[in-house]
Amino acid sequence: MAPPTSPRADLGPPAPRDAGDDAAGLGRGRAAAFVAPALVLIAVFLVFPALWTLYLGTTDYRLTGIAASDPKFVGADNYGDVLGDGDFHRSLWLTLQFVVGSAVLGQTVLGFAIAWVMRDRRGLLRRLVEGLVLLAWILPGSVIAFLWIALLDRDGGTLNALLGTPGTAWLLDHPMACIVVFNIWRGTAFSMMLYGAAIGNVPPSHLETARLAGASTWQTLRDAVLPRIRGHVLTSLLLVSLWTFNDFTPFLITAGGPDGRSEIMSVYVYRTALGDGRLGFGAAISLIMILINLVIALLYLRALRDRSRKAAVA
Amino acid sequence: MADITIRGLTKVYPGGVRALDALDLDVAEGEFFALLGPSGCGKTTLLRTIAGLETATDGTIRLAGSDVTRLPPGRRDVGMVFQDYALFPHINVLDNIAYPLRVKRAARADRYRRAKDAAGLLGLLGLDGRRPAELSGGQQQRVALARALVAEPRIFLLDEPLSNLDARLRLEARTQLKRLQLHLGVTTVFVTHDQAEALALADRIAVMEAGRIRQLGTPVEVFRRPANLFVAAFIGSTPMNLLPGTVRDASVTVAGARLPVPDDVRGEIPDGTDVVCGVRPEYLDFSEVPADPAGGAFGGTVSVIEHLGGSSLVTLDGEGGPVRVVVAEGSEPEPGTEGWAVPRPGRVLLYRDGELVTAAAPAMAPTIKDGGQG
Repeated sequence: MAPPTSPRADLGPPAPRDAGDDAAGLGRGRAAAFVAPALVLIAVFLVFPALWTLYLGTTDYRLTGIAASDPKFVGADNYGDVLGDGDFHRSLWLTLQFVVGSAVLGQTVLGFAIAWVMRDRRGLLRRLVEGLVLLAWILPGSVIAFLWIALLDRDGGTLNALLGTPGTAWLLDHPMACIVVFNIWRGTAFSMMLYGAAIGNVPPSHLETARLAGASTWQTLRDAVLPRIRGHVLTSLLLVSLWTFNDFTPFLITAGGPDGRSEIMSVYVYRTALGDGRLGFGAAISLIMILINLVIALLYLRALRDRSRKAAVA
Repeated sequence: MADITIRGLTKVYPGGVRALDALDLDVAEGEFFALLGPSGCGKTTLLRTIAGLETATDGTIRLAGSDVTRLPPGRRDVGMVFQDYALFPHINVLDNIAYPLRVKRAARADRYRRAKDAAGLLGLLGLDGRRPAELSGGQQQRVALARALVAEPRIFLLDEPLSNLDARLRLEARTQLKRLQLHLGVTTVFVTHDQAEALALADRIAVMEAGRIRQLGTPVEVFRRPANLFVAAFIGSTPMNLLPGTVRDASVTVAGARLPVPDDVRGEIPDGTDVVCGVRPEYLDFSEVPADPAGGAFGGTVSVIEHLGGSSLVTLDGEGGPVRVVVAEGSEPEPGTEGWAVPRPGRVLLYRDGELVTAAAPAMAPTIKDGGQG
């Protein structure tokens, strides 16, 4: 019997086909049977909650109290409240700092730099660096959050011991800086691997042409490397921005505090919806977050498409 | 004065592979010089070390008298064409050609004027605005040449410049390359594994094997008198006949024939010495009757006839192994018939211990006491 390969192949063209006509030789009925469990799971755990969130956003539903048992339809009031909320504005601004600082600049630049420096190296040093960077990426968030709290702690913290600054409360004095640095450390592995693969695809003769012409590192990157890996850069930026925008791990370190000074968007939703119990209000924020994600994705996809169109013309 | 002077150049790769082994070489100013050899012989490493893309483990490289062994490639004043041409796909032809000038921060107008000159020299005018992907292989190769020479380098290095072209275009590009080199008169070193290309283009050839130069000479010298069995087997589009034999009474018994020892080395080889007798198929004449009753010809049965175009390569199966002989068009024998291959006078070479036996010639090389005779 043919193994169930890609189930989506069977859903593709709607033209009716005889059993066994498709690549896997299954026919419609059996193909549908293979796909059905996955579709049911997706519907129950993804589609329904999403639609439910849309509905919640239009009610005053709360976790407890009268509104919990008898939610009322409030129309677009929640959205008006969110957009007028000072906490929301602050959270949006902090999220922007978090995404630009840790993902777009931090992870991308650091990841590329490591990949560039390691491009010609083989052996122990390379494996060691890559292993350590990867370790930060694959460890569970709760574990590394615990490690970072231990690192940054005011009283027995490792960082204070290293710097000789006893009593500095990093998480209270510089909460945003802490989570930005934390996220750079945590997520650089992805950019490093992606750029490592991309740089490996630049023909050595192109880099050598630049060397022979006497190009500086910056000139080499500008003329020989970056034009060649532009697609990789955009893909990496898209994924890293979205992941960072939706990242909840900083909550495990600062819990959004002190006093909301590190309350990025995902933490803000959590606090309002589950902490304060305002589920309707939280659902409205969630929808706005989804829209922002879509805008980010569209911007990058547009940039990618321009590039492929240019490449097609060339 | 030599334009490139290499002394004791050694390159050992991190894995312990010795790509170049204490190599000495002089290339004269304006010379068109070929590095020839099978893959892995170190020819590309030598070229890249001259360019500065590889650092020498030991030894010195001097370009025009100044030591550049430790200089980075950008400061050696060399232009190089890579096997894959290494054109930047995202910029047009003119920008590609002008690239070395852009790196050197030449003024915009100046660099485009010089790039246009170089493009004109290589017949690329009218293609300025195209991207490399819109060019044919031959045009791409010329863009790469134009880019290498736009900054007027002192040395021109070519790494297998013709190997990515199809056979027909390769001949055309070969002629063009030779014309260009004559016109510019710039010292040029090129790497090739194609012996026909090296013979056709170069003023002098270095045949390399295992990081050493096995023979250095003009194409005529290398073709007519290969200095050792390696070069003898490597050079020539139809491989040289190499037949084991023994010297007796001023003649060589080889493959059922008795050939006289060549005049210039008569008396150099004691009786009973085992030698290898080398004679090119082009230097053998086919005969259907034994021309020399004394046996100065290789006899055998015609087994294979390969058409080469204007001539044919006939293989004779004799008692000492197959002997190949080039036969003029129209006079090919029938397979299965008997035939004899008669060496032309002065074209038989004898190799002892893998090296060509040459005349002691004290007048020619008085300083070499034991050269080639050991």
